[in-house]
Amino acid sequence: MKYYTYFPGCSSSEGNSMAYGQSAQAVSGVLDIELIELEDWNCCGSTPYSSIDELSSFCLSARNLSLAEKRGFDLVTPCSSCYVMLNRTQSYLKDYPQVKANVDEALAAGGLEYHETVKARHLLDVLVNDIGYDAIRAKVKRELEGLKVASYYGCQIVRPRLGFDHPEYPESLDKLVASLGAEPVPFPLKSRCCGGSLIISNEAVALDLIRKLLESAASNGAECLVTVCPLCQTNLDAYQSRVNKKFKTDFHIPVLFFTQLMGVAFGLDDEELMLKTSIVPVERVLAKYL
Amino acid sequence: MENKTQANTFMDEVSAIPGGEGIRLCIQCGTCTASCPNADKMEHTPSQLIAMVRADMRNEVLSSNAMWYCLSCYLCTVRCPRGIKQTDLMHALDCLAVREGLSSKRTHTPVMYRSFSDFVYSLGSLSEVGFMALFYLMTNPLRALRMLPVVLDLIRHGRLKIKARRLSPEATRQLEAILDKAETLGGVS
Repeated sequence: MKYYTYFPGCSSSEGNSMAYGQSAQAVSGVLDIELIELEDWNCCGSTPYSSIDELSSFCLSARNLSLAEKRGFDLVTPCSSCYVMLNRTQSYLKDYPQVKANVDEALAAGGLEYHETVKARHLLDVLVNDIGYDAIRAKVKRELEGLKVASYYGCQIVRPRLGFDHPEYPESLDKLVASLGAEPVPFPLKSRCCGGSLIISNEAVALDLIRKLLESAASNGAECLVTVCPLCQTNLDAYQSRVNKKFKTDFHIPVLFFTQLMGVAFGLDDEELMLKTSIVPVERVLAKYL
Repeated sequence: MENKTQANTFMDEVSAIPGGEGIRLCIQCGTCTASCPNADKMEHTPSQLIAMVRADMRNEVLSSNAMWYCLSCYLCTVRCPRGIKQTDLMHALDCLAVREGLSSKRTHTPVMYRSFSDFVYSLGSLSEVGFMALFYLMTNPLRALRMLPVVLDLIRHGRLKIKARRLSPEATRQLEAILDKAETLGGVS
């Protein structure tokens, strides 16, 4: 059994990507991983907070890191934005003594200290590097043979250089998909942006980016997309109908969390993986594997 | 006596902000602009913005819509041949614009970021429903109507919860104490 401190982030815990959190826990169970949720964690603040008040945004992450430090395990999150914010805070604390001094003073107001010993990691990193493709393959009960999958990384799991995969041409998720028996298709835009939170404030801009991603995946024969981030999944899935309306396109590409696809291959049932929470139905392409 | 040091220039102000120091290294090669998915939507491209900071165009830079179109995709950052953290620079300019009350009115992104942050500040957790409702109320309530099909889809698939996750009362007080202290420390610069 491997133990990690788990930081679900708002979307995957009780937000609109609960399916991600639940499927992450389910496949972790199969792989003998225990994800122990950090008690009373707070929101990472994401890009919005760091664009309004940077010091407060560092403090949001520093509180979580400080709480995690008491546990002594690596801190694992399934959300790319949480992953970037936690690591961004770590690098600023290390590189800028002035930031460190201010954050320490703010943490002290809450009776906390942080000694920079925690490693903040993305769930994909843990699954492919600590567990490994062979061990994942060994748990496959339903080979996803013939399923053509576009592995979508998005931005913040690989950029800025966070180390576990290439910042522009990552391959870990493709290899994971292949270890489930599925076929990763070429996907040139696999680490391009989904539009992020601009989908709310500037929808037209984000829809255009989403359209490009869907087009790239579809033109390479993908039957579905898998994502490693709650916001990427929401943008590609929930806004697919908006893309179709705006650009007179006809995309019907299901968008799964990578943990859901793993769960299907592991033989877990569709309710446990919350497959019905996908807006574009996944049953059509997954029917023969369920 | 007036001390005419370089600290009077906008470039010095920006390079004193953690993450902003790289601005002195720019060679105007344009790699950041060529990599940016949104450069064509910005009033000033990322490389123009750097040139403008160096030309001391403080007001023009801080009131530009450019940094609010940054998606934080970090493509510029990993490609910059001079190692400038361009994305962090955009965030630093965002924060400075907010502090000076100059953030662009020609995009809704500053208001959206503010609504998001206010929710996180008061709850310690993000309420997706609450934050979006607040944002549409503050900008254009009619737009919320156009978003209804997306919202209904999410509700129908069990993905929107009205009730937000709450931290324990002790944790809420602790977080509030930390954030209030951070505010008195007045930003990172």
